[in-house]
Amino acid sequence: MSVDSLFTQPGLYGVTGALAIGIGVYGLIVRPHLVRKIIAVNMVGSGVFLLFGAVADRAAPGPGGDPVPHAMIITGIVVALSATALAATLTLRLSRETGRTALPPEPEDPAVQDKES
Amino acid sequence: MTAALDAITVVFVLAGCFFFLAGNVGLLRFPDTLTRLHALTKADNLGLGLVVIGLMPRMDHPLSALKLLLVWALGMLAAATVGQLIARSVLRRGLPIWKGPQ
Amino acid sequence: MTAFPLLDPALCFVILTTAVLAVAIRTVFAAVVSFIVFGLLMAIAWVRLGAVDVALTEAAIGAGLTGVLLLSTVARIAKHRADRGDDVPILEGPEPDPAPTDPLPGLATQSLAIVLSAAVAAALVAAVALLPVPAPGLVAEVGSRLSETGVESPVTAVLLAYRGYDTLLEIVVLLFALLGVWSLTADARWGGQPGLRHLARPDGVMAYLGRLLPPIGLLVGVYLFWIGGYRPGGAFQAGTVLAAVWLLAVMAGLVPIPKVSGIRLRLALVIGPAVFLAIGLAGYPLHGAFLGYPPAIAKVLIILIEAGLTISIATILGLLVAGAPEERPS
Repeated sequence: MSVDSLFTQPGLYGVTGALAIGIGVYGLIVRPHLVRKIIAVNMVGSGVFLLFGAVADRAAPGPGGDPVPHAMIITGIVVALSATALAATLTLRLSRETGRTALPPEPEDPAVQDKES
Repeated sequence: MTAALDAITVVFVLAGCFFFLAGNVGLLRFPDTLTRLHALTKADNLGLGLVVIGLMPRMDHPLSALKLLLVWALGMLAAATVGQLIARSVLRRGLPIWKGPQ
Repeated sequence: MTAFPLLDPALCFVILTTAVLAVAIRTVFAAVVSFIVFGLLMAIAWVRLGAVDVALTEAAIGAGLTGVLLLSTVARIAKHRADRGDDVPILEGPEPDPAPTDPLPGLATQSLAIVLSAAVAAALVAAVALLPVPAPGLVAEVGSRLSETGVESPVTAVLLAYRGYDTLLEIVVLLFALLGVWSLTADARWGGQPGLRHLARPDGVMAYLGRLLPPIGLLVGVYLFWIGGYRPGGAFQAGTVLAAVWLLAVMAGLVPIPKVSGIRLRLALVIGPAVFLAIGLAGYPLHGAFLGYPPAIAKVLIILIEAGLTISIATILGLLVAGAPEERPS
């Protein structure tokens, strides 16, 4: 229950996971290219898995570890791939139909337009 | 006996690390793609091989040591193939090639 | 706990460096490559945390298949551009990111994004620091009834016995993702071959690798499937290796890509979920509950499920990476 726990081995990887999540969130917001957004979402996902695994590792350090979080993370990695494949296909369809690799700026919201005009 | 095996591990792993280091220096310092490939494939083939030889005495079962050798063989196969493919793509696309010191 | 105390901090530092590169580097292609390196380093991190099962999965799926998927996406976007006459070769030069049509957000949005992401990361770090000690865990609970599942690997027991419904739903999610990918096919191309088409020269090094590796890959895949009952490994890792071998043979131009309408292909897709569901339903009469395995035959049932899953996972993952049909049916 202290800052000291961050300097143990699981704490270190937990902090790494948290920072990867932060980096991914930043990339997701700032980068318009859809492939880069997919990478950013995957990075958030990897960060979440690492954070989860590191926190779980505190209970059962060393080889083997707690199998329940491990099994859930394996499930998560596989599901993340299927979501990535779907997103990549959506990107490709957009690129083929329109030549764009980013979403259009903002949908025209009638209320906003009224305010601006 | 144990001391001799430890010595083998230390010497070979250190030698492997040297080749990895050299490969990375080459990747950073060499002038074009082909020369960088040269540096990297050396690191993969020789560096990985030396590390594998160094680690083999530490395995608790001879079969595990053989698995390590298989890792080396597959690593060399992958490095050689990828090196070929990248080099061919360099030639096909007509990317700049280093002609020696000016 | 380690003779080399700098290893973990160094690994974490390199992981975060590749993460920053994947977000900040100039071209999309380089970003994908950075992300692949990030994934491989994450796999090493999992080994350091003692989670070898997760490390195998992360290396094979998180870095490997995701990497192939993203690289082929970038290449196909470049092909779309070339088809349209926009001369932007992605792999050769810096691909403009943002493309002229993709404006970066304004300075205010960027600053807000920095504040927001820093806040998220800081809150998570604080949460890790404030977690109670000792940490709760389920190791003892998993171990206490492991013998009833018939398998020796605790992770396999969790995946297929304790939390079997999770894995059943997961394979269905995979199948639905593939249906989603296929349903994005343009009408004119339906029934055609998936977009992945790599024509390697028949005497080239790629074709050579495509002949040399599949036997080894098949052996490794079957080994991973079998060892999953005892040690790290299992249907997902095995299925991924088999999918990778198949993709390699396809890219080397040695194996035709099956049409998405083929009946054998569709059988391979559903055999895993079908076997899983059938054995799950048989649990009612046999053991009084959905997915209840009688301890006497639990091991046989789990191996049956894993065998079906391996086939389906390999097929689904391969087709997910191959993508929606892009060529007109011939």
